[in-house]
Amino acid sequence: MADTESPTQTKAPSEPSNGEDDIIRIIAMHKWFGEFHVLKNINLSVKTRERIVICGPSGSGKSTLIRCINRLEEHQKGQIIVDGIELTNDLKNIDLIRREVGIVFQHFNLFPHLTVLENLTLGPIWVRKTPKKEAEELAMKYLERVKIPEQAAKFPGQLSGGQQQRVAIARSLCMNPKVMLFDEPTSALDPEMIKEVLDVMVALAESGMTMLVVTHEMGFAKTVADSVIFMDEGEIIEENEPHEFFNNPRHDRTKMFLSQILHH
Amino acid sequence: MTPGKTEGPITVTEDGGYLPGTHPDLPPPSSVHGPVHWIKVNLFGSVTETALTLVAAYFLYSAITFLVGWMFVDAAFTGESRKDCRAVATGACWAFIGNRFSLFIYGFYPEPERWRVDLSFVLLILAMVPVLFDRMPQRSKALIYTCLYPFIAAWLLVGGFGLEQVSTDQFGGLMLNVVIGVTGIAFSLPIGIVLALGRQSQLPIVRILCVSFIEIIRGVPLITLLFVAAVMLSYFVPPGTNFDLLVRMLIMVTLFASGYMAEVIRGGLQAIPNGQYEAADAMGLKYWQSMRLIVLPQALKISIPGIVNTFIALYKDTTLVIVIGRLDILGIGNSSLADTKWQGLSTEVYVFVAFFFFVSCFAMSRYSLWLEKKLHTGH
Repeated sequence: MADTESPTQTKAPSEPSNGEDDIIRIIAMHKWFGEFHVLKNINLSVKTRERIVICGPSGSGKSTLIRCINRLEEHQKGQIIVDGIELTNDLKNIDLIRREVGIVFQHFNLFPHLTVLENLTLGPIWVRKTPKKEAEELAMKYLERVKIPEQAAKFPGQLSGGQQQRVAIARSLCMNPKVMLFDEPTSALDPEMIKEVLDVMVALAESGMTMLVVTHEMGFAKTVADSVIFMDEGEIIEENEPHEFFNNPRHDRTKMFLSQILHH
Repeated sequence: MTPGKTEGPITVTEDGGYLPGTHPDLPPPSSVHGPVHWIKVNLFGSVTETALTLVAAYFLYSAITFLVGWMFVDAAFTGESRKDCRAVATGACWAFIGNRFSLFIYGFYPEPERWRVDLSFVLLILAMVPVLFDRMPQRSKALIYTCLYPFIAAWLLVGGFGLEQVSTDQFGGLMLNVVIGVTGIAFSLPIGIVLALGRQSQLPIVRILCVSFIEIIRGVPLITLLFVAAVMLSYFVPPGTNFDLLVRMLIMVTLFASGYMAEVIRGGLQAIPNGQYEAADAMGLKYWQSMRLIVLPQALKISIPGIVNTFIALYKDTTLVIVIGRLDILGIGNSSLADTKWQGLSTEVYVFVAFFFFVSCFAMSRYSLWLEKKLHTGH
């Protein structure tokens, strides 16, 4: 579609490393929904402890991109390699990768029929085969980290949106992932609850977690991200470190997007 | 009790003012709640409503007095024939039911062996406890017993291995309804779950098999299936082998209910948001794990009204065994009416049979409401 406006991205400074320390490598990846070409020639590498924020207008494929990383969506062309394992149709590889990659959804997707504690211990008990007692200790540790240990016995439906999202983050952390994906974690929240979730995410970033975050929270991008990616119409248009990205965007589409979200 | 007088202690200021941020929580004015208010608004709101209320009250009064009079006050509870009843009372002749009571319950089950029916019924209630109440202590051990129960009951009722053999031809009355109903209920739920999941399967062969099974079973009346069980199935088994008629009926009733059950559960499955499947997948749960731990508990909870509906329908359909010559409680009632000593008492018989079914089905319905309330975890 956009042949003229060279889709080859301006690569982040990290490009030459090309090394084995990349925890995620996406090479020339394409994805279609039926006839619709959602992701076009995506190239991206993420190093351990790196924090990447992905932004872009709705429908640009940002959520689809991170959902490909743990195979909630299947890509049709190119390679995705997570922690040295390539994502193929091999169910064993998919299982291995899903254990290493946690995801936090826009709508939390907590299990409403289980208590908060049971939501957290489910993965450790059934996937990691952790003994119940240990799993509960682990769950309480992470509930304390997201600052709601007192809600352990409640059901998700009894919590506020912000609390639910923090439980969802804790639930992912209980699986002890190497990478955390965030798919618009604050978009479904009331304004007064956004901060409590962002605070947890900032603390997580400071603890050294590798994070890929799809978000419109530009404040978060500025303070936490190592690099910011701008996507439009299924392509990575621009990738840069946050200061340059916000103050000196190179592409017109990036400029337009930034002017739209920053001055309203 | 006296709404309209309870405004005393609440300090509503004369000028009606509170400083911003200091307004206390007040109870609603008593004129908009309480029983007297409810009666006024709902029963005597206008002239038409008042008239309708009075007419309805009159009809209710006469119906209830008539029924109570017929059933209890003017009823005869003892006697050896209809004449005896009529000699002492003008209402219902319950002596008939009392006289035939054991026939209604056990059918033609041999009298010295009837303790086996009683025992299996008691054991049935014990087997149901861990299924019905999930908070009981030692539940997992109790559930093992529940799973063994069908075999224990089959052994008790049919005999063999030390007990005297009783032919299933001799099963009848209420006991036959319970045997068919409980078997159908116990097996149709798991089969229905498997069919519902199969219908959504990614594997085309599994899906086609499940869809065709469900559609064929639902497209044929149960009576037809029972005739098939009685007549046709014997063509398919090798000659000489005896495939018990009761077992054939049990299979047909179970399969019939499973078809309906599958569709009820499919409705529940479709109500589960995609995010639940995704969260389970993202966590690394395997297909059966995510079904058992995440999807089915929620889908079955949503389906409770439909599941119980199917159970109730199945339970009442057990009376259909009459078409292939088995006498259940209704069949026993029908054939008892032929007795010349008791002629003309069909009302009593049908009221009794209806009462039995009503009690069982109403109990199921109440239990399901209780269960729904217990499983409600939201908001």
